[in-house]
Amino acid sequence: MLEVKQATRTFNDGLAGFKNISFSIQEGETVGILGTSGCGKSTLLRVLSGLDQNFEGAIEIAGLGEQPIGMIFQEPRLMPWLTVKENILFGVKETKRKQVNIQDYLDLVGLSDFGDYYPKDLSGGMAQRTAIARALIGQPDVLLLDEPFSALDAFTKMQLQDLLLKIQKKRLTTMVIVTHDIDEALYLCDRIFILGGQPGTLQAQLPIETAKPRDRGDSFLAAKKADILALLHIEKVVG
Amino acid sequence: MTVKMDTKEALNTQERKKMGRFGADLKKARGFALGLLIPFILLVVWEATVRFNWVDAYVFPAPTIILQKIVELAQEGTLWGHVGITFFRVIIGFLAGTIAAVVLGSIVGYFKWFEQLMDPLLQAFRSIPSLAWVPLFILWMGIGEPSKVMLIAVGVFFPIYLNIVSGIQGVDRKLIEVGKIYHFTPLQIVRRIIFPASLPSFLVGLRSGVGLGWMFVVAAELMGASQGLGYLLVVGQNTYSPELIIASIILFALLGKATDSLLKTLEARALKWQDNLQNQ
Ligand SMILES: Nc1ncnc2c1ncn2[C@@H]1O[C@H](COP(=O)(O)OP(=O)(O)OP(=O)(O)O)[C@@H](O)[C@H]1O
Ligand SMILES: [Mg+2]
Repeated sequence: MLEVKQATRTFNDGLAGFKNISFSIQEGETVGILGTSGCGKSTLLRVLSGLDQNFEGAIEIAGLGEQPIGMIFQEPRLMPWLTVKENILFGVKETKRKQVNIQDYLDLVGLSDFGDYYPKDLSGGMAQRTAIARALIGQPDVLLLDEPFSALDAFTKMQLQDLLLKIQKKRLTTMVIVTHDIDEALYLCDRIFILGGQPGTLQAQLPIETAKPRDRGDSFLAAKKADILALLHIEKVVG
Repeated sequence: MTVKMDTKEALNTQERKKMGRFGADLKKARGFALGLLIPFILLVVWEATVRFNWVDAYVFPAPTIILQKIVELAQEGTLWGHVGITFFRVIIGFLAGTIAAVVLGSIVGYFKWFEQLMDPLLQAFRSIPSLAWVPLFILWMGIGEPSKVMLIAVGVFFPIYLNIVSGIQGVDRKLIEVGKIYHFTPLQIVRRIIFPASLPSFLVGLRSGVGLGWMFVVAAELMGASQGLGYLLVVGQNTYSPELIIASIILFALLGKATDSLLKTLEARALKWQDNLQNQ
C-alpha cells in the first residue's frame, strides 16, 4: 500500500539526506527505522508525509480515506495559544468535533485532568503525549512517528507502546516508526529497516516474525538485537 | 503510576496558585503605593514652593490651581468638547492607520513577492519624519479634520505595520507544517496558525501605535484647530496662562495612560497562554 521507488532527497550538494531508497509496506504493517543520528530518518518521514515535495523517485500510497496520513513529529509542536484539549482537536474538522469524545483521548495518554492546561504549563513528556493524542484522534490510515517516545520515562513509554499495538490491531493502521530504541523497534515492528551513511541508504531489512504482543524479554528478540547492533556497528565501539 | 503523580502535581499547583494570588495582590498593592510615593512628595513640595512665594505663581502655578482650572473648565462645559474632539481624532486616525497597516502588513508578511514589491517604497516613506508631511497635508486637505486624521493615521501606521510583518515572518515553520499535515487550506493556515501566532507582535504594534497617535494629535492640533486639548495648549500660550497648559498636559497624560492600560489589559487577556515572566 505504501510503495517507495528509488527515492532520493539530499541537502548540501548530496552530502546529507538520503539516497536511492526503495521499499514497500503492506497495509497494517509496522515498520521501524533505525539508524545513526543525521542519516536522514526525519527527512525520509517528511518526504513520506508529503511535507517535503522536493524529492526524486516515486512514492505511491494507495487506498486512503479522508485523513490518510498522521504524523507525530520529533518535537511536540503544540500551538501555544491552545489548551491541551484544543490542541488535540486541532486537526479535527469543526463539524465533527461533537462526535469525538475528547476525554477518551485524554485518558488514553494519561492527561485526564490536564485538558485545560496551556502548553507552557506542561512538562516535556506531557507535551509529547498531547501531540500523540492529536495524531491518534484523526484515526489516520498511515501513521508516521518520529521518535515519538524519546522524551518519556520507561513506564509511560511502555504504556504508550502497548497503546500503539492496540490501535494498530483495531484499526489496521500502517505505521512507520523512527526510533533510536532497538528494544522498542523489536517490540512493535514487523520489519526493521537499518539506514546508514551520509547521505543515508537502506542497508538492511530485518523481518521480525514473532507474533504480537511480544514478551519484552524474549530470547529470540535478544538474538535479533545482537544482529541489529552488528549492523549498526555499535559492538565495535562498545567492545 | 505516572497518571497519579500528575494529578497530585495538578492539585498542588492549583493550591499554590490560590495562595500565590493573594500574596501577589499584596505585593502588587505595595508596589503601586511605592510608585506613588515620589509623585506625592513632589506635589507637596511644589505646592509649598508656590504657597510660600518661592516661585512666581504666574510662571509656575500650584497643583491646586491647576486642578481648579480643570474643574472650572468642566463646570463651564467646554472641557468635554475639547477632550471629546481630541479623543475622536485619535480614534479615527488610529483606526484608519491600523486598518491600512493590517491589510498591507498581512500581504507583505505573507507573500514574498509582495514584500519585494512594496517594502522598499514603504521603508523609504518610513524614513521621512512624519511631521514633515504636515504642510503637504494642509495644502491637500485644508486645515480641517481630514488633514489631522491623516497625520495621526500616518504616525500610527508604521509601528503596527512593522510589527505585523515581523510577526508573520517570525511564525514557526514547524507549526505551519502541522497544519499542512491536516491538509489545511492557505486560508485555514492563516486563520488558525499565522494569525494567533503573530498576535503578540501585533498587540505590541498597537500599543506603540496608540502612543504615537497621542503624540501626533498634539502636533495636528498645534498646527491649527478651534477645539481640542492641543488647541488649549495654544490658547494657554497666547493668554499667558501656564495653568491651562499644564492642565491640558495632565489631561493628555491621563488619556494616553487610559488607552494604553486598556490595550495592556486586552493584551494580557489575549496572551495568557504566553510563556513569559509575567505569566508565571
Ligand atoms: N532543510 C534542510 N536543509 C539542509 N540540510 C538539512 C535539512 N534537513 C535536514 N538536513 C540535513 O540532513 C541530514 C539528515 O537530517 P535528519 O533530520 O533527517 O536526520 P535524522 O536521521 O532524523 O537524525 P536524528 O536521529 O538526529 O533525528 C542532517 O545532516 C541535516 O543537517
Ligand atoms: Mg530525526
